[in-house]
Amino acid sequence: MLTDSKLTRRQILLGSGNIIAAGSLMALFPALEASAAAKPITVGFIYVGPRNDYGWNQAHAVGAKKIARLEGVKLIEQENVPETVEVEKVMEGMIRQDGAKVVFPTSFGYWPHILKLARNYPDVLFVHIGALWKEGDPKNTIGYRGYMEEPHYLCGVAAGHMTKTGKVGFIGSKPLYFIFNNLNGFILGARSVNPNITCQVVITGDWNNPVREAEVTNSLIDQGVDVMVANVDSAKVVIENSERRGIYSCGYHTDLSELAPKGFLTGAEWNWAAGAAFVKAWQTGGQYPNLLRGGFRQDMVAISPFGKVVPEDVRAKVLKIRQGFMDDTFKLYKGPLRDNEGNVILKDGQVIANDDNKFKLGVNFLVEGAIGKTGLKK
Amino acid sequence: MVGSRAKSGVEAVAISAAALLATLVLFGAFVALRGINPFDVYRVLYLGAFGSWFAIQHTLTQAAPLMLTALCTAVPARAGLLVIGGEGALVVGGVATVLVGVTLMGVPAPVAIALMCMTGTLAGGLWIGAAGALRHYRGVHETISTLLLNYIAIAVMNHLVTGPIRDFSQVLKPASWSVGERFMIGDLPGTSIHWGLAFGVVTCLLVYVLMRRTTFGFAVDILGGNVRAAQMVGLPIGPLVLSTCVIGGAAAGLAGTIEVIAVHGFASASLAVGYGYAGILVAFLARHNPMAIILIATLLGGISASGGLLQRRFDLPDAATLVLRGILFLAVLASSTLYGRLKIFQSRAV
Repeated sequence: MLTDSKLTRRQILLGSGNIIAAGSLMALFPALEASAAAKPITVGFIYVGPRNDYGWNQAHAVGAKKIARLEGVKLIEQENVPETVEVEKVMEGMIRQDGAKVVFPTSFGYWPHILKLARNYPDVLFVHIGALWKEGDPKNTIGYRGYMEEPHYLCGVAAGHMTKTGKVGFIGSKPLYFIFNNLNGFILGARSVNPNITCQVVITGDWNNPVREAEVTNSLIDQGVDVMVANVDSAKVVIENSERRGIYSCGYHTDLSELAPKGFLTGAEWNWAAGAAFVKAWQTGGQYPNLLRGGFRQDMVAISPFGKVVPEDVRAKVLKIRQGFMDDTFKLYKGPLRDNEGNVILKDGQVIANDDNKFKLGVNFLVEGAIGKTGLKK
Repeated sequence: MVGSRAKSGVEAVAISAAALLATLVLFGAFVALRGINPFDVYRVLYLGAFGSWFAIQHTLTQAAPLMLTALCTAVPARAGLLVIGGEGALVVGGVATVLVGVTLMGVPAPVAIALMCMTGTLAGGLWIGAAGALRHYRGVHETISTLLLNYIAIAVMNHLVTGPIRDFSQVLKPASWSVGERFMIGDLPGTSIHWGLAFGVVTCLLVYVLMRRTTFGFAVDILGGNVRAAQMVGLPIGPLVLSTCVIGGAAAGLAGTIEVIAVHGFASASLAVGYGYAGILVAFLARHNPMAIILIATLLGGISASGGLLQRRFDLPDAATLVLRGILFLAVLASSTLYGRLKIFQSRAV
């Protein structure tokens, strides 16, 4: 298994602006560039919902478009594919009817169906977004996923500078480790600016429950919250409501700045175009990792373009920390750190590496400053 | 000499074909508005639905659950009821299958599978049967009650799979315990079509015989035709209403069992993906004839299967498939007004 470390240096040099053009991702596997002359390859993307959902699926469709810009790549897409036997038929259809050699089934629950098919099609690469691959799974499958807590930290920093009331709000979907990580990142970022900032937390229990999300947004705003973030399938409703009520908001999944021309600060984005490296490797017979997790350093996450309300000095501060993530000089979890029930999580001087998966997968606490509960039994 | 029975058969085929043709013309106009050549679309529709062995298998896999859920609407419809609770009955059948399946650890697989099929059938039957009872004894409209029962079934399933019967080793989504690899029936030999197809076809045939070749079926048809007449001749209205609901619900419940033991292995939100609602469409297009359901389910399965290819080849949104289905539904409903009006199909009275 290839580790993340060798993927980085060139990208940092190339990386400027929020999103690194997909072309530069070829640099991920440098030795292969020479032989990368356009051998045509068909790449299939499968979405669980509509491609323009202002959320999860759109983030993937944006990545797909970038991958399609690679030389010799033909993109085919299919949306609204349920996590049933249907996704197996859709993958097979892409392979047999359209000649796809790489497929990106982009919903978490597709994984068992991928494992069922992958051994029957050894000449096809199956790329999944859950980072669930483990030793013994087929070699022609890949799991990859970004550390979204890093861009959330940057959103928190922006929020910390912009909030006037010192109260920010976070709506979570499911009580899952990565949602807690994002929430903690956001709060740590905000409190790095002003340690008195608090964050109201509401977990709705649903990936997609716009009515409840709108209600929660309104009630948090009534309580004085003036920056909102939502970790749900589509943050559209939360951002639009925040805009209407005249407060700030941050995006999630993909670039949502158009939804809030006045109050948008920035947002946490996936960079699924990172999958281009896998396509390239498959096209040229090169090496690829079966499991890849990464943050800014591995170019797997990004932040949205700043909203026009964000002043220059705040932008500079945010970008400086992003550079810290890229150089791995800045760590998100470091001591002293307490959870919001007063328990010590990290002692003074204790530092968690940004790619410490074991720690991050085990996060079941909310950091100090969060007003709310995980809802988990401990 | 052509008998009137054969004539009415020819009439049904001719009118259905005309509806299908009208659908294709209208859908062709729709895609032409987007600048796509309709004939290319027709070719891809055919390719995706029936153009290769793979496509046929895809179509039949899509069709399998629809045959069973369509019966949930079609059988009560023969008695004059409009039941739209296939989705709920499927979910209930699936959940019940899991609840029983996980207790059958030491039982030989064939016995366990038979028990699970009976469980799903029974659960679905009771579920829609309850709506039938509400209708007969309390006058609650069955369309409303079965619609609401769908929501209840899905809510109960979500509650169970996120709490009491959740398997926490399933990291992908909230899902119940698994019934175990040993009890999975998998695909028909030599194909990639799961066993649900066989269950669907056989059930449709059995129900066809029941509805067309038995006094029970005849009684149901009389009830569906005219309640007063049925009462006059002394038919037992209550038992007939209840049993059609139970049979319909049982078929949809069995579809739930199949989803569990042939596809997923567990219950989760993936049980409620719309097979029940698509079944309503199939039942209406088949004019509630169990034999025709097999054909119509295959046709709609083909549309779903080729819908993906339409998306991929022409970059059309998924909604285009819905448009096609909608046009087909309207065309068939509109065409049903033609029955008995076209002179060439009338038996000449002597």
